[in-house]
Amino acid sequence: MKIHEFQAKQVLARFGVPVPDGIACDTADEAAAAFTQLGAPLSVVKAQIHAGGRGKAGGVKLVRSADEARDAAAGMLGKTLVTHQTGPEGRVVQKIYVERGSEIDRELYLAVAVDRATSAPVLMGSAEGGMEIEELAEERPEAILRERIHPMKGLLPFQLRRMAKHLGLSGDTAKKGMALIQKLAVAFTEMDCSIAEINPLIVTKQGDVLALDAKINFDSNALFRHKDVIEYRDLNEEDPKEVEASKFDLNYIALDGNIGCMVNGAGLAMATMDVIQLKGGSPANFLDVGGGANKEQVTNAFKILLSDPNCRGVLVNIFGGIMKCDTIAEGVIAAAKEVDLQVPLVVRLEGTNVQRGRQLLEESDVKLETAASLDEAAEKIVALVKAAGA
Amino acid sequence: MSILIDGNTKVITQGITGKNGTFHSLQARAYGTHVVGGVTPGKGGTEVEGIPVFDTVREAVEATGATASVVYVPAPFTADSICEAVDAGVDLVVAITEGVPVLDMAWVRDYMRGSGTRLVGPNCPGVITPVTAESGCKIGIMPAYIHRPGRVGVVSRSGTLTYEAVWQLTSAGLGQSTCVGIGGDPINGTDFLDVLKLFNEDPETDAIIMIGEIGGTAEEEAAEYIEAHVKKPMVGFIAGATAPPGKRMGHAGAIISGGKGTAADKKAALTRAGVAVVDTPSVMGATMKEILGG
Repeated sequence: MKIHEFQAKQVLARFGVPVPDGIACDTADEAAAAFTQLGAPLSVVKAQIHAGGRGKAGGVKLVRSADEARDAAAGMLGKTLVTHQTGPEGRVVQKIYVERGSEIDRELYLAVAVDRATSAPVLMGSAEGGMEIEELAEERPEAILRERIHPMKGLLPFQLRRMAKHLGLSGDTAKKGMALIQKLAVAFTEMDCSIAEINPLIVTKQGDVLALDAKINFDSNALFRHKDVIEYRDLNEEDPKEVEASKFDLNYIALDGNIGCMVNGAGLAMATMDVIQLKGGSPANFLDVGGGANKEQVTNAFKILLSDPNCRGVLVNIFGGIMKCDTIAEGVIAAAKEVDLQVPLVVRLEGTNVQRGRQLLEESDVKLETAASLDEAAEKIVALVKAAGA
Repeated sequence: MSILIDGNTKVITQGITGKNGTFHSLQARAYGTHVVGGVTPGKGGTEVEGIPVFDTVREAVEATGATASVVYVPAPFTADSICEAVDAGVDLVVAITEGVPVLDMAWVRDYMRGSGTRLVGPNCPGVITPVTAESGCKIGIMPAYIHRPGRVGVVSRSGTLTYEAVWQLTSAGLGQSTCVGIGGDPINGTDFLDVLKLFNEDPETDAIIMIGEIGGTAEEEAAEYIEAHVKKPMVGFIAGATAPPGKRMGHAGAIISGGKGTAADKKAALTRAGVAVVDTPSVMGATMKEILGG
């Protein structure tokens, strides 16, 4: 689960990581008032969207008066920001953050992520802040120091010293830096983050360390023990269909094609998308109905697929383990009737109770085609959608 | 005959009185699996359809001699359950539960260091070794009837894609030695590499199907081992060629981040290692049949 920069800074501040003073705003007037309240000669107006690359896209502006803050905010709110992370459709800015300006001496990079190779969180740091870590990792991997974080003990003092040295921190600044790094690691593990990134971490001209930008993603699996985090969720940042699907515990991701897919299991759902493309079609979504979905869930899944205006046909591909084929068949029939299905439907069932499932489909009066394999199913739906002139 | 489990393996179910635990324990028993006990704290002394229930894993192991445990407990308690099984000294723990917090698995892996227990999962379909056409040892949620005993090993990060591969093999007249679902989480107990080593050394496994997906570099690491050590014919498939970057495709571990973990990279690595990589999962079985000269 993603959150905004200003929320990430709230989380980090709670753990004692120093961040600049700032105020989140919904309107341009609020931004002007925020500037006055901060009382600094220089502040920064920052668009709050769930994507990086805002600076280059015009989503970050330095302002020197309340009026400038108002103008900058007015220029961002309600506008679509396109960055290298948003995709070409961009994101509409609905919230901005006004933050006290800092006197920057140096920019550094700091992040904690989950490292699959060591089965533990890993701290990553570089003396070259501000740039994309992926680019740095590609061009000069030696510039990034990695320290494994012990899942129970956290970072040990020698690791903090090693990182501070790698970041070029010394004296009092090194002490402040080590304290910040430790707090970042604690925040990561206590809050069940999947990534916590400070880019840039700055050293000010006064020798202080400060998180100038912050990005936190949370492990969705752990939200049950972080009820406070759920309140950070911003539905404006999510596809409405994905929001709807999440209410029913369905795993849905919107794509830009025209063939809706309903599949059980994440791997098979991905493979179904792949085969649709291989057969000359284009998938409208990823949808995993999960292992134990019931009839209502399948019905809801169907409705979400069909609520996509681009959807010109539906492919249901189920291999039943826990999920029984007759459950799927009942759901498909009920949903098709309820939504008055107008697009072609191909259903491929295999697995537990498959005979009963196929029988239910054949005996129903819903117009559909069945297929024995994924390839055949994909070929059929691609042909049907093409024939319908989509 | 197989890896990890065989027809004599004795299994206990953690979370046996829950809906999934009960259902799948009975399914496994019906398939001929020696389900010798179950564990639900507070329900010791009761029975589930004749299967004795114990309060702790240690009690269950001492009373039944079980060497394997399967975990169906809800995600918030899965890490604790795995560690309880490790503490009781079982050889194999199979964690089926989906949605376990990633950092829980980090400390579970740490807890397991130095133990003799192997963990498969979490978020996986489990492990199955077919013994006859109708029976075998099934530890997990896979539909039993699609399996047939034979000499092809199957290892996969995806549950339903494993069933696809197995069904195609069985339909083509090729049986399976053992099928292992390693699960779709970023931190798990057993990786491709571990299973490939076991299959490679198993005299009863002649060929291997490996099913990967986007995210991480486990497939690339497996490819290095395959190139150096595996002489048995292999068929591979990687799911997620059309997945957009930065999006988690259902499985917690299925995400392309920073340009790493793409299907194209994984397919290229496996192809270089000599694996017959197919573009559609529909032909996994047929391709294996062709390679084996059927």
